[in-house]
Amino acid sequence: MSGTYETKHAETGSAPTPLIEVTGLHKQFASGGRFRRSRRSVHAVDDLAIRIHAGETFALVGESGCGKSTTARLMLSLQQPTSGDIRYKGTPLSMMSEAERRDYRRRVQVVFQDSNSSLNPRKRLGTILTTALTVSGAVADARRAVARAHELMEDVGLSPSASFFDRYPHELSGGQRQRVGIARALAPEPELIIADEPVSALDISVRAQILQLLQRIQRERSVAYLFISHDLSVVRWVAHRVGVMYLGRLVETGPVESVFTRPVHPYTEVLINATPVADPERAQLRHVHVVSGDVPSTTERPSGCPFHPRCPLAVETCRSEVPELLPVGEAHAAACLRATERVEGLRLP
Amino acid sequence: MSPAELQSKTAHPVLAIENLVTEIRSVRGLIRPVDGVSMSFPAGKIVGVVGESGSGKSMTAFSIMQLFPTSAARVAGGRVLLGETDLIGRSPEQMRAIRGSRIGMIFQDPTSFLNPVLTIGRQIEQQLEAHRWTGGPPAGDRGQSYANRVSELLTSVGLPRDVSTRYPHQLSGGQCQRVGIASALACDPDLIIADEPTTALDVTIQAQILRLMMRLQRERAVALMLITHDLGVVAEVCDYVYVMYAGRIVEEGDVRSLFAAPQHPYTRALMSGVLSLTGTGNIGFAVPGSVPDLAAPPSGCRFHPRCPHAMPRCSQEAPPLFDRPSGRSACWLHDEATP
Ligand SMILES: Nc1ncnc2c1ncn2[C@@H]1O[C@H](COP(=O)(O)OP(=O)(O)OP(=O)(O)O)[C@@H](O)[C@H]1O
Ligand SMILES: Nc1ncnc2c1ncn2[C@@H]1O[C@H](COP(=O)(O)OP(=O)(O)O)[C@@H](O)[C@H]1O
Ligand code: SF4
Ligand code: SF4
Ligand SMILES: [Mg+2]
Ligand SMILES: [Mg+2]
Repeated sequence: MSGTYETKHAETGSAPTPLIEVTGLHKQFASGGRFRRSRRSVHAVDDLAIRIHAGETFALVGESGCGKSTTARLMLSLQQPTSGDIRYKGTPLSMMSEAERRDYRRRVQVVFQDSNSSLNPRKRLGTILTTALTVSGAVADARRAVARAHELMEDVGLSPSASFFDRYPHELSGGQRQRVGIARALAPEPELIIADEPVSALDISVRAQILQLLQRIQRERSVAYLFISHDLSVVRWVAHRVGVMYLGRLVETGPVESVFTRPVHPYTEVLINATPVADPERAQLRHVHVVSGDVPSTTERPSGCPFHPRCPLAVETCRSEVPELLPVGEAHAAACLRATERVEGLRLP
Repeated sequence: MSPAELQSKTAHPVLAIENLVTEIRSVRGLIRPVDGVSMSFPAGKIVGVVGESGSGKSMTAFSIMQLFPTSAARVAGGRVLLGETDLIGRSPEQMRAIRGSRIGMIFQDPTSFLNPVLTIGRQIEQQLEAHRWTGGPPAGDRGQSYANRVSELLTSVGLPRDVSTRYPHQLSGGQCQRVGIASALACDPDLIIADEPTTALDVTIQAQILRLMMRLQRERAVALMLITHDLGVVAEVCDYVYVMYAGRIVEEGDVRSLFAAPQHPYTRALMSGVLSLTGTGNIGFAVPGSVPDLAAPPSGCRFHPRCPHAMPRCSQEAPPLFDRPSGRSACWLHDEATP
């Protein structure tokens, strides 16, 4: 989210230890049908590497089933990775003491797409927030928790807080519930908020309100976001850096500006082309290359480059060789065998 | 279709609704999700109906078909003109015959209208039988001509023919939606109503489906009512657009002019909340509040509690649609008499 992050780093000029660093992350699920014959392993996250700095927004984009939420659950320690490493301020999770782990769980919070299903329907908003405050250890005593809960409500725009304190989640609109979800995530004073499709279920006018709120929170508290979305236009507005996922793998990553204006991976360009533009003068769907084929299933991962069956630029070697994520520009990397040609100007047909 | 046929088909609206009012009896009193709505659907055009959830888009579509999700709903006023005939007051049998033969429907969740225990081919055939489809070769074996028609339809929506022997659960979301389109086209309808047809789909699949709908509409000169909450989709595919808010049309117009110069404060607010792919930085003005509860709609202009330009008059009188260069807009700011 614009502003603070870039300016801060432009001033210091150095690369500090990332807040979170994920390397070689894998998650496999033994899944498939009920019958042994059809049982296959699902490689939901495949050799993922992500780095997020304090105060920065890193977005993960990709189509459904590509592994975005699984990545979120692994980073939240809700699921254990099959292999790989998650470091928090340089310390691997696996090496942490119990106290350090508790601190990690406090500093990394989550906001879901549908706060309705993640809020306890039988608890009043005040109780939801005071519980989050005391359980995390953010405040010591109950009186302080009540005062802090009121402050948080005002902060996220549930104002006047007194009129919301005793309400139940079902007595709120979708946008208001999302504000509660955000207030609850803020309660333990997190350093990273993982927001999994936080505005996808909201109407346009409410979506703009919530995105503005997230931007303001970042300005005021320099919290980092892992912002998960399937909507590129939202990502374009809120993220500093972006990672494009396809079948569990990161296929392109870099600063939002360069990835969106100079995409190197054909899949990134296909996603950009497919995103409707709210300007009839620049309407593109009639003209651009629209990728054929379905969103692939993780149980039937193609050989070689996982994108090759749908890729308009695929050549013979793409069927056998797995492309690695390699630098293609300033902090910009792509996993495509034809990346060099693309950088030199090879266009989609 | 020959150019002459295309020409004659594009002349008049295929369907027009005039002053439509729909009421639902609910525990919280009588609500009017459609309150005096007029729209027109010309052949060969894609007409968008856009609005946030609860603005009455789906209820308008249900009212045209007189097929409601609840028995508490009924059309309480206005006309639905299919050609010269008013559909309001038709018997359920007559409406059943019209739905599916003259008006095709495409829904957000394509699996909801597919029968899980019948093959795709059988389901489309049943529809052809029910409407005694006669578009095929007049003589010969009916069954054979139905089967041919099914293959033809599946091919035209980009599905392999063998999909006809498959069951719904064996298809992906995008494939199901293609079947939905094939089935809406089955009897060569004059109007297709598509209610959020791509909302549940991934963006690459949405692009495929929108392209398909644009192609079919062009080739068959069918009128298409496209209901969506996505202004991007409207800008990409529609010719004309109606903007709905709390059961009423607040603005309408040709897509290019409306996006170039939105007239109504609500339309302007919606557009400032749209995050374009080229934009970056801070999100523009976000209109406060949310869509009102229709059980207790605001008096006068229904947007007045959220409107940055509201005047005393706005809460007293509902503004009519004023003619504007780009179309029409229901706002007192356009009235010469407004002080
Ligand atoms: N517990 C599980 N057991 C088996 N497979 C799983 C499990 N959780 C996720 N998967 C599979 O892992 C893959 C990635 O799922 P994930 O939920 O991370 O996708 P996503 O990118 O968040 O998609 P969406 O955009 O639809 O939310 C999918 O193929 C999914 O079916
Ligand atoms: N099944 C139903 N029972 C009662 N009221 C309904 C039902 N469906 C819709 N409504 C009412 O009609 C209004 C308009 O709904 P709808 O046409 O579905 O909106 P949209 O499609 O624009 O999101 C809603 O505000 C809701 O209150
Ligand atoms: S490696 Fe080949 S198939 Fe994969 S994205 Fe690049 S060109 Fe396409
Ligand atoms: S009529 Fe009044 S309240 Fe309604 S949109 Fe116009 S200025 Fe705003
Ligand atoms: Mg997910
Ligand atoms: Mg609807």
